[in-house]
Amino acid sequence: MSLEAFQEISPADFFYRNRDIAGFTNPSRALYSTIRELVENSLDACETSMITPDIYVRLRQPVEAENYPTVYEVRVMDNGLGVPPDVIPSAFGQVLFGSKYRLRQARGTFGLGVKMALLYGQITTHSATRVISATIGSGEIHEYTLTMDIQGNKPIILERKVKPNRGRWHGTIVEFSTEGDYPRAMPKIVEYLRQTAIVAPYADITFVDPRGRIYRFERATTKMPRPPREAKPHPEGVDVETFKRLLTASTARNLRDFMTESFQRIGRRTADAFLEYAGVNPRKATANISPEEILTLVNAMKSFGRFLPPDASCLSPLGEELLEAGIRKVLKPEFVAVHQRPPASYSGYPFIVEVGIAYGGEVPKEDNKITLLRFANKIPLLFDEASDVSWKVVNSLDWRRYNVTMDMPVAVITHLCSTKIPYKTVGKEYIADRPEIEREILCGLREVARRLSAFISRRRSVEMERRRLNIFLKYLPKLASFSTSLAGKKEEPDINPLLRKVSRLAVVDEG
Amino acid sequence: MRDKKKRVEEALVRVGSSIYEQLRTGNFPYVELPSRSTSNIYYDEEYRQYVLGERKIRRSSRNIRHIRPLTQLVWAAYFVKELTGQGRTSTLRDVYYSAQAYEMNFTDQPESDNVLTDLEALIGHPREDFNVFPEERSAIFGDLTIEYTVPGYEGRRLNLTSHPDGVMIGPALTNAEFVECKADKVIAVEKGALFTRFVEERVHERYNAVLVQTAGQAPRATRALIRRLNVELKLPVIVLTDGDPWGMHIAMVIISGSANAAHVRELNTPDAKWMGVWATDIIEYKLPTDPLNDLDVKRLHELSKDPRYKDPLWKREINTFLKIKRKAEQEAFSRYGLTFIVDEYLPAKIEEFNREAP
Repeated sequence: MSLEAFQEISPADFFYRNRDIAGFTNPSRALYSTIRELVENSLDACETSMITPDIYVRLRQPVEAENYPTVYEVRVMDNGLGVPPDVIPSAFGQVLFGSKYRLRQARGTFGLGVKMALLYGQITTHSATRVISATIGSGEIHEYTLTMDIQGNKPIILERKVKPNRGRWHGTIVEFSTEGDYPRAMPKIVEYLRQTAIVAPYADITFVDPRGRIYRFERATTKMPRPPREAKPHPEGVDVETFKRLLTASTARNLRDFMTESFQRIGRRTADAFLEYAGVNPRKATANISPEEILTLVNAMKSFGRFLPPDASCLSPLGEELLEAGIRKVLKPEFVAVHQRPPASYSGYPFIVEVGIAYGGEVPKEDNKITLLRFANKIPLLFDEASDVSWKVVNSLDWRRYNVTMDMPVAVITHLCSTKIPYKTVGKEYIADRPEIEREILCGLREVARRLSAFISRRRSVEMERRRLNIFLKYLPKLASFSTSLAGKKEEPDINPLLRKVSRLAVVDEG
Repeated sequence: MRDKKKRVEEALVRVGSSIYEQLRTGNFPYVELPSRSTSNIYYDEEYRQYVLGERKIRRSSRNIRHIRPLTQLVWAAYFVKELTGQGRTSTLRDVYYSAQAYEMNFTDQPESDNVLTDLEALIGHPREDFNVFPEERSAIFGDLTIEYTVPGYEGRRLNLTSHPDGVMIGPALTNAEFVECKADKVIAVEKGALFTRFVEERVHERYNAVLVQTAGQAPRATRALIRRLNVELKLPVIVLTDGDPWGMHIAMVIISGSANAAHVRELNTPDAKWMGVWATDIIEYKLPTDPLNDLDVKRLHELSKDPRYKDPLWKREINTFLKIKRKAEQEAFSRYGLTFIVDEYLPAKIEEFNREAP
């Protein structure tokens, strides 16, 4: 027998060793993930306070280096609510510290992304991160220069400055260096920002790339979706670990009170019915609940089936108006239809599906397939399209029944909002085909496809009418001229009465 | 000939006037023409050819699917009237290209060919009558003097023995008037080789005949010319082909016309006679033969059901072919020497023809 070396590692160390799962596989992918994480953080920082986001992203290549991978300077600035000065070091220098461990819809869920990006930058370039931030109404701007102690999962503050904030600016600026491969990452980065502009039409996004090119996605509306409310967990979506934590945090004296206070949409009557179903005494003190009873309760919650469906107020869908505005702004289509499904749930997690369809205009015409743009909690999903539930639904539809052929410029947009998106992998790239979600996407898609179908057939009949008139316009004058010569007459007959008859017919046909 | 030209021109003008009047009175113009669908084709005992039945189709400019072919039809009438008016001739291919000058684009040549056939049906004249000729040419040779009517040659005469290869049956000859004929019969042969042999052996003098070479299935201009020789000059017509179902049918089309041309008259020669090579000749003359192939046999069975083949002679020959299962070409007589066919076979056939003639 040999001796194994056991060693505890910190969360930062763990993610450093497993950076592949967070999307930092290679220089190109790493740069894409870096931009994406920072932009998402900035958008979240604005949306939770109903601030219309102004986001500025700059990538700079400081030296004309021949080396590969190249070092880039990243600067991302937003006008969000800012980070309180005492929290800045941990928020940017400690993995798994953040504001997102709550049950409401947000782009990020683990609070990991930005720190992963900074960590990757620190490892590859051995340089520090500069964070500048001011909260709303604050008279000071705080500037930190810090690095991360990977093994200890602690921030190391190198420098700290405070400046007066006379202009009452609020927001956050993050600056650091990182390795990447911009030429390769460029298409994905630009596509990511373009799609973000669809799903956040109220945001103003500017991107300056290392070659000095400016990509600008201007705000199309100042309307914003209602921010999500924080919600208590729904019993069906709770596992043993969560249950234990809820129990620890609870001040309730007995089990019935615990049920009504710690979970959403449970009143006394439901609590009693459930506890009777589970076979546990409602008066039992929370302190005396055994591990076996916890397991019984958690299992019973899943099978009970008589809880009200999860509360959807913790979700923040885009809404039909904004989704349409986003699609119009970016795809500039000839026709748009959008539809928001009513809230539904899977495994105790509420979700809302929004579907849009765009046709014609600048909608790209792809080879023999419909363009699919997928979003989850307002994040564009750009990879592994063919594994996604939306792809499955779009391809299962009999498009010919909706007057759509594969050579038409058609784009389908799907947006899933949920407190928990069922990603198949940690990479957050594609959504698993849960039957409940699949059904909602299908219903939404059918609805917008029906509207597109009506549009196409209406346009087709107008087009046919136009063609019909053109045929008469082409041949009647010729008939007149040939027959006049043939009959040896001098003056051609007037065909206008006939043309009038034809166009009057046309009006009748159209009705 | 001049009479016919006038009739054709009048028919074309009538088409124009009708359309013109309908337009002038504020109506959607239309024409009615005999339907050329197979269900409207009948064999007519009196004319001894296929004819179209009573069924008409109406082509109206009110109908979005008809206005284009109707305009094409009227254009075609206009175009050929100009053509005949200027004494020019044209081919189907020419017509197809000419249309483009009038922004009357046809999708392809079959479409324009079809419109010309419609025009034939509409005015009841074959297209040769309005100067649209086929490309294929066959030839004629014999003591017949013609007078040209085509521009630049008006009044010029030609004796058809003047060229030993024969004279091509083209537009100029088709439009010519017959002036004088010394021959008393027409012998039409399928093949160029036999035609040349006949000229070399002076068949036209020895048997006092006008020789026609059909070059396989006779073109419509040739069929029309044979008919004129028969009708205008009262010359009996003898047809000689290969001894097989295909040769039989070449003769039959000269005699009774084709289903394709059921909409036009005056292309067939009902009194012409097929005189060989018969299946019974193969037996009688012990000719060298080839076996019938599957296609030949199939064709014979088809012919036996065809109403044109109901006379005893045809029935007898079809049955004989099927019995001996052999076929022979005209050249097969060469086994008895190059001149045997002229010296022996032909006189025998002419004698038999005269015996049967009324």
